[in-house]
Amino acid sequence: MNWLDTIIQGTLLGGLYALFAMGLAVVYGVMKQINIAHGDFIVLAAYLALGIVAATGLHPFLVVPLAVVVFGLCGYALQRTVLNKTLGAEILPPLVVTYGLSIVIENALQQSQSADPRSIKLGALETASLQLGGGLAVGVFPLVMLGTAIAVAVILEVVFNRTRLGMAFRAVSDDREIAALMGVRDRRLFGYATAISFGVIAIAGVFMGIKFAFTPTLGPNFLLYAFEAVVIGGMGSFWGTLTGGIILGIAQAIGFALNPGWGILAGHLVFLAVLLVRPTGLFARAA
Amino acid sequence: MSALLETRGLVAYYGDFQALFGIDAEIREGERVALIGSNGAGKSTFLTSIAGLRQSLAESILFDGAPIGRRPAAEVASLGIALVPEGRRLFASLSVEENLLMGAFNRRSGHWTLATVYELFPVLAEKKNAAALSLSGGQQQMVAIGRALMANPRLLMCDEISLGLAPAVIKEVYAALGTVSADHGVSVILVEQDIELARAMSDRAYCFTHGTVSLSGKSDELSREAISAAYFGV
Repeated sequence: MNWLDTIIQGTLLGGLYALFAMGLAVVYGVMKQINIAHGDFIVLAAYLALGIVAATGLHPFLVVPLAVVVFGLCGYALQRTVLNKTLGAEILPPLVVTYGLSIVIENALQQSQSADPRSIKLGALETASLQLGGGLAVGVFPLVMLGTAIAVAVILEVVFNRTRLGMAFRAVSDDREIAALMGVRDRRLFGYATAISFGVIAIAGVFMGIKFAFTPTLGPNFLLYAFEAVVIGGMGSFWGTLTGGIILGIAQAIGFALNPGWGILAGHLVFLAVLLVRPTGLFARAA
Repeated sequence: MSALLETRGLVAYYGDFQALFGIDAEIREGERVALIGSNGAGKSTFLTSIAGLRQSLAESILFDGAPIGRRPAAEVASLGIALVPEGRRLFASLSVEENLLMGAFNRRSGHWTLATVYELFPVLAEKKNAAALSLSGGQQQMVAIGRALMANPRLLMCDEISLGLAPAVIKEVYAALGTVSADHGVSVILVEQDIELARAMSDRAYCFTHGTVSLSGKSDELSREAISAAYFGV
């Protein structure tokens, strides 16, 4: 095994997992809401992008902004019409409702798209690579994916820490009642949070669709990776989530390099190790 | 002069437990009103009902003559009603300055800005980038009051702002509050356990007992004996 190459490939893969995870981290961070259908929405975004590419012939990268807008609006509407009604003292209702959504999405996709694997074609860019010398090469597409993940982390950090909206997000997360006393309309704010989350989901979905051959039932796997990346990184900073995704990617890459059957397992083992050693995550902001 | 805020037969429940049994009270523009009474008498419930954190009958709370009992807290805030909550409840993950800025979330314009709040509490200017909860109790209380002022309220409600503070700090905090009401015409409702302090800081007082008003009147005309009697409900 070439360690350096394996770690580079794992880091690049980790960019995708970070994209999976950051959308989850947004809604959990703002309103402690867990979206069990998170992975299924990633898959749905991939099918949506596939459909747009087929219908318009646009380059998949150009579909990303369109998918972000469509998904962002859908996320806002979903939060305002359905998910806000599940938020309260009980933690179970949002879990049950989003679990239901997960089943509905999977079955609807299976019914309409069949269970055949699909993928979004990128043309020549799919195999383009940069030579790093010493026999090392990195793919252009995985680099774009990692770069996008870093850009999303930067944007989210800026939004959460440098804007009025982000300040309100953090205030509502601290104390919903007192934030309301300040004039924060929390239900609308939760809509914005889910819109942002779904925007990130859309980006993740398009990249996933290019990277993997996908089927309607892959959602729960992606949800698991997203959870693992969030837990490894720790709540409170998107840099932590980004790093968590990259650690997960490297663990899987090393596992795969050792034995093709061990890749996913290695990721889970690293996740368990972090849970045992530092349950709050490696980079959790001190509470 | 008509009342800025008026409650008519205000009731409140926690599940089956009734906390307020028809409170009739009022506060005029620029007036300072103290609420006194033992723990559990309903003073905090009264304030949170006005603030919109609990729903009441629309007509049971009138602000500027308009019924606001059913309005949610965010809307009540935009009318110019601010609460300094019991226990301060600062935003833990926000800095001192961000806590103050949250107070101005409604963008109500007026005298109070970051600059004037820092003028009132100069120590906060030095600590503006510190995490809010890293400050001393007294300084945290100043943040809580400053945060409420940032909304440029017409009615400021303070729930036990002296709780857990050293006597010298209490004096400082109340001196600032005196400035706020005297110089800027803000109406103030204050809940205070220290009866002498409450009387000194207010024009009128209501004494709450078991969710009812057992005594009310001008603060300097209420005798200590009458307050004690009302306080303990005997």
